[in-house]
Amino acid sequence: MTQHASPPRDSTGKVPSAGAAPAWRGLMARADVRTLSLLGVLAALILIGGITKPDEFLDTRNLQLVLTQGSVIGVVTVGMTFVITSGGIDLSVGAIVALASVWATTVATQEYGFAGILFTAVIVGVACGLVNGVLIAYGAMVPFIATLAMLASARGLALQITDGKTQIVTIPSVLDLGERDAYVLGIPPLVMVFAVVTIIGWLILNRTTFGRRTVAVGGNAEAARLAGIDVRRQRLYLYLLSGLCCGIAAFMLIILSGSGQNTNGNLYELDAIAAAIIGGTLLSGGRGTITGSVLGVLIFTTITNIFALNNLQSDVQQIAKGAIIVAAVLVQRRTASTT
Amino acid sequence: MPELTSRRGLLFGTAAMGAGALLVGCTSNESDDEPAANDQPAADDKPGKEVTIGFAGPQADHGWLNAINDNAKSRAKKYSDVTLEITEGSNDTAAQIGQIETLINKKVDVLVVLPADGKALTQVGLKAMRANIPVINLDRIFNTPQAYRCWIGGDNYGMGLNAGHYIGEKLKGKADATVIELAGLDNLELTQQRTQGFDDALKNYPNIKKVARQAAEFTVESGQAKMAQLLQAQSKFDALWNHDDDQGVGALRAIEQAGRDDFLMVGGAGALSAFQAIKKDDGVLKATVLYPPTMAASAIDLARALGQSKGVGGMAEFEIPASITLYSAVVDKDNVDQYMPTGFK
Repeated sequence: MTQHASPPRDSTGKVPSAGAAPAWRGLMARADVRTLSLLGVLAALILIGGITKPDEFLDTRNLQLVLTQGSVIGVVTVGMTFVITSGGIDLSVGAIVALASVWATTVATQEYGFAGILFTAVIVGVACGLVNGVLIAYGAMVPFIATLAMLASARGLALQITDGKTQIVTIPSVLDLGERDAYVLGIPPLVMVFAVVTIIGWLILNRTTFGRRTVAVGGNAEAARLAGIDVRRQRLYLYLLSGLCCGIAAFMLIILSGSGQNTNGNLYELDAIAAAIIGGTLLSGGRGTITGSVLGVLIFTTITNIFALNNLQSDVQQIAKGAIIVAAVLVQRRTASTT
Repeated sequence: MPELTSRRGLLFGTAAMGAGALLVGCTSNESDDEPAANDQPAADDKPGKEVTIGFAGPQADHGWLNAINDNAKSRAKKYSDVTLEITEGSNDTAAQIGQIETLINKKVDVLVVLPADGKALTQVGLKAMRANIPVINLDRIFNTPQAYRCWIGGDNYGMGLNAGHYIGEKLKGKADATVIELAGLDNLELTQQRTQGFDDALKNYPNIKKVARQAAEFTVESGQAKMAQLLQAQSKFDALWNHDDDQGVGALRAIEQAGRDDFLMVGGAGALSAFQAIKKDDGVLKATVLYPPTMAASAIDLARALGQSKGVGGMAEFEIPASITLYSAVVDKDNVDQYMPTGFK
C-alpha cells in the first residue's frame, strides 16, 4: 500500500507526467501482468468448466448465458470503478437498482410503455446519485456513511412503493428484449448494452480529462485541488455517474427478470466492489481499471456458472468464492511484485 | 362468500388433524346419550365478549408476509367484538421485542406473534405468558412451548412431501424419469425441511431420479438467474419443483427465455400469479403447493376464541388446541378456482 503517497496515476498505473522511460515501461508492464494474470484465472476457469462439463459449458448458449447474467452487475461495476478510483465508495448501488426497478414498473409507470419505464429507471438512478454526490461533495459527508444512508432509505422507499409485492411487467416491447428473438448475430441486447457501457467507461477513464481528474482526486485530493481541479464538483459527477449506471442496470434487470421487486439488486454493492478490487482497482483510490473490473465480473459469473452446471450447492459455492477472491488477489500481488 | 367458507374449512380441517389424537378419544364414546361436549361454547360469528388482540409480525418485505398482515387485518375487521392492535413490522429482533413489550404493557387480551426469528423472541413470549397474556405463535416457532398457548403454522416438510408425491404420480410409469429442484434460501432451516420432504416422497417412486438442485433466494432476480443455469445444465428433464412462487416468477421468465416447455413445473406457497398461470394452463406450471397465508386469519380466530374462553367450532374440546399444523394442499387446474381468493400478490 505504498501507492498512497505517490503522485496521481492514470488507470494503467503510470505517472502521467513521467519523463523517466525505464520507470514508465516497468509500470506499464506491471499493469499488463495484472490484466494477464486475470486472463489467466479466467482461462483456468474455462479449462475447469470445459473439463468437468464439456457439453454444457462449451456451448454458444452457455456463453450467451454467462455474458447475460454478468451484464447487469457489470454495468454497476463500471460506475463503481470510477467511484473507487476517486477514493470513494458507493454502498447504495444495490438499493438504487431496487428503487429504480420498482419505480419503473409501477402500474402508473407502465402506462407510459417502454419509454416511460426506461426514462423512470434512469432518472431515479441519476437522482439518487445526485443526492449521494451533493451529500458527499458539498455536505462533506464520508462516502461510506452517505451511501449507507442512501442504501437504507432507497430500500425502504422501494418497499413502500411495492408493499412487498412483485410488480410484473406487461409491456411486450420491454419483455421481448430479453428473449432469444431479440439477439442480433447471436448477441443478446443486454450484453450489447454492457459492452457499450464498458467501452464508454474505458474511454472516459483513460482518454479524457474527466478520467485523469478522477484518478488525480483519488491519488491525492489535496494535490488535485492545488493543481486547480474542482474536487467537489468532480466527486458530485462521479456519484451521478454511478447512479446513472445503476439506473441503466435497473432497466436491464427489468428486461431480464420481467418484473420489479424491492429485493432486486441484493448485495450488488459487495459484488461490484469485489469485482473492481480483484480487477486491480485500488480501494484507497488513485488507480482504476475498467478492463480489470469487467474481467472481475466475468470471473465471478463464470464461477457461478461452473458451480451451477456441476450442481454444487450454495455452501460450497460461497466457500469457494471466498477462497478464489483471496487467491486471485494473492496471485496478482505476487506476479506484480516479481516483475 | 366462498372466500370465507374456504378459509373456515381450512381452519377446521387442519385443526381436526392437529388434535387428531384427542378426537379419537371422543369418537370412541359409544353411549346413546348426547355427548356432553356437544354443548361446549364454541367461538362463532356472533358478537361476544370484547377482545383486544395485539399483532406483531416481521417487516412485510415480500408477498407472503404482506398477505399475512392483510389476512390478519381483514379477519379482525369481520368481528365487531375484536379490536386489533397491529405493530409496524420489523425484521430487527430488538425492535420486535420492544413492540411486543409495548403490547404487553398496553395489556392486550391476547397476543398473536409471527417472530422475525422464533428462537430469538422466545423470552418475550415467556414474558407475555407470565403476564397472563396468552400468546398465539404464528408459523416461526418459539424455543419452548411455555412461550405460547397455541402454535399454528405451515408444514415445510409437508410441502416438499406433497410436491414430490404430485410429481411422482404424474410421472408414474415413465421409465428413468428425472426431476430437478429450485430451492429457496439455503440458510433457512425451512428450505432444508422442504428439500427433505421432497426427497422422502421421491423415494416412493424408484423410476424417478433427482438430478440437480440449486438454491435461489426467494427473489425474482435470483429465481431467474438460478433457473437459467439449471436449464443450461440439464438439457432434458421431466419435472421441476420450485420452492417459492415469488422466485418462480423469475424461474418462469428464464424458462420462457430458454424456449423450454418439455417438462412440468410445480410451485410453492400459493401466489396469485401462480394460480392464474395454472388456471390458464398454457405453460409449464401445472400446480403449486400451499403454504397458506390464511393462517394469520386463523390465528385471529384462535386468539378471539381464547379471549372469549371458548373452544373452536367443529371440535369437541372446551379449549383451543395447543398446536395446529396446516396442510400443504396441492393446487392444480382442478381446484384452483377454490383457492384463487387466497392467492397473494
